[in-house]
Amino acid sequence: MSPAPSPTTDTVLEVSGLNVSFPSSDGAVRAVRGVDYALRRGEILGIVGESGSGKSVTSMAVMGLLPNTAQITGSITFDGQDLLTLSEQQLNGIRGDRIAMIFQDPMTSLNPVYTVGAQIAEAVRAHRDVTKAQALERAVELLRTVRIPNPEQRVSSYPHELSGGMRQRVVIAIAMANDPDVIIADEPTTALDVTVQAQILDALKAAQQETGAAMVLITHDLGVIAGQADRVMVMYAGKLVEVGSVEDIFYTPRMPYTLGLLGSLPRLDQQSERLTPIPGSPPSVVNMPPGCPFSPRCPLSTPECDDTEPVLESVGTDHRAACHHSSEVSGARPDEVFDTATVDADALGEFVQAAEGQA
Amino acid sequence: MSTTTGPTAAGTRTLLSARNLVKHFPVRGGGLLRRTVGEVHAVCDVSFELAEGETLGLVGESGCGKSTTARVALNLIPATSGEVRFGDRELTSTSAKDMRALRREMQLVFQDPYASLDPRMPVSELIAEPLRIHGLYDAGGRQQVRDLMKTVGLKPEHGNRYPHEFSGGQRQRIGIARALALRPKLLVLDEPVSALDVSIQAGVLNLLQELQAELGLSYLFVSHDLSVVRHIADRIAVMYLGKIVETGPAEQLFNAPAHPYTHALISAIPLPDPRRERARERITVVGDLPSPANPPSGCRFRTRCPKFAAELSASQQSRCTDEEPELSDRGTGHPVACHFAEARSLL
Amino acid sequence: MPEPRTSTTLTDQAQLAQTPGAAPVDREFTVAERSQTQLVFRRFLQHRAAMISLVVLVLLVLLAYVGGALWKYDVGEITPDNSVPPSLDHPFGTDAVGKDQLAQVLGGTRISLQVSVVVTLFATAIGTLWGSIAGFFGGRIDTVMMRIADLVLTLPLVAVAAMLGHNFGGTWYLIAFVIAGLYWAYVSRVARGVVLSLREKEYIEAARALGATNTRIILRHLVPNALGSILVNLTILVALAILLETALSYLGFGVQNPDTSLGLLVSEAQTALTTRPWLFYFPGLFIIIIALTINFIGDGLRDAFDPQQTKVRQ
Repeated sequence: MSPAPSPTTDTVLEVSGLNVSFPSSDGAVRAVRGVDYALRRGEILGIVGESGSGKSVTSMAVMGLLPNTAQITGSITFDGQDLLTLSEQQLNGIRGDRIAMIFQDPMTSLNPVYTVGAQIAEAVRAHRDVTKAQALERAVELLRTVRIPNPEQRVSSYPHELSGGMRQRVVIAIAMANDPDVIIADEPTTALDVTVQAQILDALKAAQQETGAAMVLITHDLGVIAGQADRVMVMYAGKLVEVGSVEDIFYTPRMPYTLGLLGSLPRLDQQSERLTPIPGSPPSVVNMPPGCPFSPRCPLSTPECDDTEPVLESVGTDHRAACHHSSEVSGARPDEVFDTATVDADALGEFVQAAEGQA
Repeated sequence: MSTTTGPTAAGTRTLLSARNLVKHFPVRGGGLLRRTVGEVHAVCDVSFELAEGETLGLVGESGCGKSTTARVALNLIPATSGEVRFGDRELTSTSAKDMRALRREMQLVFQDPYASLDPRMPVSELIAEPLRIHGLYDAGGRQQVRDLMKTVGLKPEHGNRYPHEFSGGQRQRIGIARALALRPKLLVLDEPVSALDVSIQAGVLNLLQELQAELGLSYLFVSHDLSVVRHIADRIAVMYLGKIVETGPAEQLFNAPAHPYTHALISAIPLPDPRRERARERITVVGDLPSPANPPSGCRFRTRCPKFAAELSASQQSRCTDEEPELSDRGTGHPVACHFAEARSLL
Repeated sequence: MPEPRTSTTLTDQAQLAQTPGAAPVDREFTVAERSQTQLVFRRFLQHRAAMISLVVLVLLVLLAYVGGALWKYDVGEITPDNSVPPSLDHPFGTDAVGKDQLAQVLGGTRISLQVSVVVTLFATAIGTLWGSIAGFFGGRIDTVMMRIADLVLTLPLVAVAAMLGHNFGGTWYLIAFVIAGLYWAYVSRVARGVVLSLREKEYIEAARALGATNTRIILRHLVPNALGSILVNLTILVALAILLETALSYLGFGVQNPDTSLGLLVSEAQTALTTRPWLFYFPGLFIIIIALTINFIGDGLRDAFDPQQTKVRQ
């Protein structure tokens, strides 16, 4: 078992031993496998991972938003209570008040038939005993915080009258309406253009500073993580494979997957001849074979990796990695571990030859 | 005629050239007659050239007309006006029948590997389809399909599987194999890696680079991701609201961008490097993309332009409002469509 | 420092990870290979209500055709026993003139099923063609064609069918044509919707970009992909046709004696509801069973063809 993070007084949310699986006709889909983490007061915790890595499911479990078919074990402690044992009604008292969530697509989280002001006011009134007028006033104030121009007029707009970026700001305003302790942002900028993404990240940061909330920022974009997060968790095949400060993760990764991710990124700030991709595809989380899930794609893989799954072990101050070879990864460049060739040279040669033969 | 995207690499022949491309989409009203009530100006007077063996990156945010430009260049959507030359053929006046035959030489790779493969065809059949369409399958098609699968990194044994069983990256490889099957000269790649995870994206990019080196392909690479384009393109054209606003060799465009929009784009892309990312100078744009049905007068970017808002005097501003800047070299080393172009270093 | 690996490929990367001699573990595809058709079939088999309905319906069809042929009495045959309640000799009882109700109900079921099959075939053929043409070409052709279909849809179905049935009706296939003449418009709307959404699919554009002709696109891509949605709607049509035929016959505008149908049997029995209830209940029960089972089968098909439907039914 991995050592559980030591609960300190400034932990607002603690997840331990979280497992989530969904039944399917081909066997159980094990979306999350034994995730432990502690979210500290006021920090921005980034969760990175590719599609299917379980990064969203982990947070949906925290919010109690998974479908009934999901089988969840473990515990999620918030404010001394285990959220997994609470009733739907008790959860409703926490959701939107003390824990708020921001989704990828703002259009699905806003109701098209109400003005944005009414929706923010409703979020306020759901948890606070204030008059409608007071709630609307608060709505204007919130819209100003997320930097919406002319907030006094914008409160009476309908979602469809706003652009995607504006809508996402409204969603952020709703999330911060009740000064939550935790904001979970699930791919908040993925649906937006880069210039708008920059604006939204600013708004998110403003919201986080204004409320003092701890934020879980889920994204597949390592650039966003580099700019925003204090600590980073890397997920792969439903498991945490590396946890550390943003500098640890980007400058001294200890898990080959993290290293591979960094080597896969084309860089805006430097010209590179070839990238070093991670070979293969992410594993299916149905009927998983034993051993390290990254082993089939890992150049460092040894027979040990296929037999026993490595646990998350401390590799430095506040830095943990799940890899039998984490010491070999230390200090390595992506191109020293991964290979740049992606084409089967023989097959390509044959293909070229056949092409020339026909021409 | 001057080439508006700058000279192509010396000594190579031009494969594709577009001149003054315009594409307007009618906006139709309801009712029985469906009268046209307006026009969306998706592409306005776009010109570019692509040499043999070269990669031209077409970048811009959603709604800038880059995908439409690519489709008009392939004559998949008829141009409202303008010319497209492919080799020595003028495409806009080619008959539908000749065009179908000509498609052998120019292929399109789509963004969404989930939507662009017919879900009811097994992979080997999907890759065989281009050969069948052009009557080439009977001459050793089976073997070619196997070779193609190996070339793009798929196992030929998986030929009987259906697209839904593959991951996004594998599907995109299927899409590339389909496009390669006819041994085209030109591949138009419409956001080929945007839907893929990073680790997968890199593999597909390397595959594309290796294929280009081996087969001498020309790429028109459409993307919103500047990092990807910098990595793969020789030359780059930046589009905003249907127009090319800046174009030049990749290195120059990144090291000395001169258009305020390019500045904003480059500085909005987060670098995967915490220290550099947090220490960067930022140029942010305000507001959202204006409607392409009713673009601003003069310079189309002026409504969001940080330079226009902060640095220009009233008389300079009125020039932006009244006079549309043409795409020309204003001493920055490459063509820019800004009256007040100024090369800056942002990385 | 780890040694970089030299020119390994995607394929052998996975193989190298396995120990020699051991059976290779396929980590890429941990789920068995299945075609789209197999998936649809599997999902249908897992839909319990649909499977039960299918079995019941097949049994009912067998009963109507095989059972009807084997049964000792024929449709319209008058037996010496009149007005007897269900018994061993007459499991469904007899009516006032002594016709065996089991033979009558089985005969009626045959006619009702035949009507629904003919309606479905014709309405589907015409409607699919009409809707597909409108959807594929779009523009003004679409607008005009769909207004005509809308016009047919706005007609009060039972009233028009009754009028037409009165003038042309009598035999079961004429009734079927009348119903088909009204239901095709419904099918055409469905077909148009399906074609309209398929036409915008990227794989259609992909085929076009490869240089495919319209004929190839329609035959190889549009038709196979449209089939599922249209099939689902067919089942609803079968049930609707049976109900409309029943209603027409009940009103006296449908199938005429000596032919019989389930609707006609119900209508003939309505005066005897209190005295000889079996005359009313058995044909009524058959109508309900047919309509319900077909609806459930349609439900199962819809779920089976939905590609997002991957989870297990609880």
